[in-house]
Amino acid sequence: MTRLADNHMATSTWFGQLPLSRTPSWLDELRRSAAERFAATGFPSPKSEEWRFTQLSPITGTSFRPAERETNARRAAEAVEQFTFGRQAACELVFVNGHFEAPLSKLGRLPRGVQVMSLADAADVEPQLVRQHLARYAKFDANPFVALNTGSLQGGAFIHVARGVVVEQPIHLLFLSSPTDEPTVAHPRVLAVADEGAIATLVESYGAVSDGVYFNNAVTEIVAGADARIDHCKLQQESIAAYHVATMQVHLARSSTFVSHSASIGSRITRNDLNVCMTGERADATLNGLVLISGEQHVDNHTTLDHAAPNCPSHELYKHVLGGKSSAVFKGKILVHSIAQKTDSKQTSKTLLLSDEAVINSQPALEIYADDVKCTHGSTVGPVDEDQVFYLRSRGVSLEASRHLLTYAFAADVTRRIKVAPVRERLESYMAAQHGLPQDLRITDLGSHDEAARNL
Amino acid sequence: MPLLAIKNLHARVAAPGGRDILQGVDLTINPGEVHAIMGKNGSGKSTLAQVLAGREAYEVTAGEVLYEGKDLLDKSAEERARDGVFLAFQYPVEIPGVSTSYFLKAAVNAIRKHRGEKELDAMEFLKLVKEKMKLLRMTPDFMNRAINEGFSGGEKKRNEIFQMAVVNPKLALMDETDSGLDVDALKTVAEGAASLRRPDNAFLVVTHYERMLQYIVPDFVHIMREGRIVLSGGKELAAKVDQQGYDWVENEVQQPV
Repeated sequence: MTRLADNHMATSTWFGQLPLSRTPSWLDELRRSAAERFAATGFPSPKSEEWRFTQLSPITGTSFRPAERETNARRAAEAVEQFTFGRQAACELVFVNGHFEAPLSKLGRLPRGVQVMSLADAADVEPQLVRQHLARYAKFDANPFVALNTGSLQGGAFIHVARGVVVEQPIHLLFLSSPTDEPTVAHPRVLAVADEGAIATLVESYGAVSDGVYFNNAVTEIVAGADARIDHCKLQQESIAAYHVATMQVHLARSSTFVSHSASIGSRITRNDLNVCMTGERADATLNGLVLISGEQHVDNHTTLDHAAPNCPSHELYKHVLGGKSSAVFKGKILVHSIAQKTDSKQTSKTLLLSDEAVINSQPALEIYADDVKCTHGSTVGPVDEDQVFYLRSRGVSLEASRHLLTYAFAADVTRRIKVAPVRERLESYMAAQHGLPQDLRITDLGSHDEAARNL
Repeated sequence: MPLLAIKNLHARVAAPGGRDILQGVDLTINPGEVHAIMGKNGSGKSTLAQVLAGREAYEVTAGEVLYEGKDLLDKSAEERARDGVFLAFQYPVEIPGVSTSYFLKAAVNAIRKHRGEKELDAMEFLKLVKEKMKLLRMTPDFMNRAINEGFSGGEKKRNEIFQMAVVNPKLALMDETDSGLDVDALKTVAEGAASLRRPDNAFLVVTHYERMLQYIVPDFVHIMREGRIVLSGGKELAAKVDQQGYDWVENEVQQPV
């Protein structure tokens, strides 16, 4: 672990620079403990196994100031226009540079039993609930970036869906960054609690008002009660000069369902840690990921599916399209406790290399302590299939169009599973634009793809 | 003017140390004709079809091919397709994620655009394909499925001839379309292909068995051996192969110069 003096962020004076906010003492205590923890350990060592394939020095070597509230209302509003869900969201909270902007948000008329508000307001309005869950899952002593985020806690989003309540439309959290000449850092924070039988869709979008160097260090905690269902969607489209580190910790009770879609298309260096703990029988987790990068971008996805109870199915599909000199890491850990009999886990990682310099490092990590389980995993890496290209060309489709079409189809395998229309459409339009394809491209049914996936 | 004039065509596998496969093929095909190519496995008949279609896995090392009087070998696979060359694959590949409907419409319009014809919109395209689907007894839902994905061998071959019917080529290259088909599937596919015969198009039918040639009746039958056409004749040659195999060909073939 790097020492205190080695980095610019972990100093008590820096934490002291954070604006004072009216927080209850227990929250202050939490921040202080986390800040102390970070001050003691600093950033992870580049030599640690966890960070073997991702360079930390661009982040640890940069002096970041805390991002300040955006004062240019017009700039912020224009950026919101690009990312807003408009009427396709149950409500939309907008954060700019980590600061909640009520005037830019659409709080809407939520159904009874649904609470969506800033974490600061939640600490006031629902202190018991917040205190019960906040920081209980993403533990700050397990991960320095989580410690840094928790130690800098001052805002964020709180979502609570009460027992049996169904929220039809997605709840959209939009985190925009407005870079300045000097590198800045923000610590987006999300806590979502779904009570028994609750059903909701949560979307996190990360975008930039303009290009520039900034660092988003995000932490999301999701708690699903028995029989609850949470669909989570993350669209990361940060500036390609920016850094994005995110930890998402998901806690699933028995018979709950969690479906996650994560798309990384922006940022210079991205690191996502997605950890799902199935604590009760028949909890069901699906993790889908899409990485679409080129140039010198790098995306590192570390996932953990922690089967801590029997009879839980889990499914993972991560697809990468790597162009230019980009690189990606996929480390999918599956941990099956001895009690977790009848675990049924399938993990697939596929990568399309569009250039000779692109690199993927994909590894499963299976730790299995039960003896009656099904755990399959598979990985494929390669360029666009030449036989498929020739087939299309033999019908008059140009070489370029054939390659673009096949690349699009590869990625669309993930995007078409995204139920949140604004995110799916945004991704598919982005992909079509990257590949000079028309926007009305239609992709085939899920059924046919699942068939192929079953034959791993 | 012949539709296709092949002179002394030599081709090898385009890889270091790649095998020579075609070793001097001469063939002339006129509009309205059906030419069957037969021969043992390894004779080069499949390679001939693929080389004509422009498959880059093969490299032409000598010879000339004129299509409609112009150099064919100079053109890319897609240029040849747009000029009216169509290859019905022996092993049609599966392409998950791209629907047959999207792909075929793109293909049809690429060809039309090249010919200076108006591109078809969705409705017009649908009308065009509907009648061809009936011809090949295909159920409408297959159009929305990914190309060849989950198709049986017979369905894949039917899809090839269906595409051929939609695209309406001038030179149809059928690469062992009959392989892997049962009797009924063969009848549907072969009859479908045969119905596309016109005075201004031509067929090169690479086949192992004589049965398909009962539906697509050839004007000429050529037998290949070791990368060359060694014997040519009428459809009675096919019947003879069917009854006696290829051994007798040795006796009839003059020694190569």
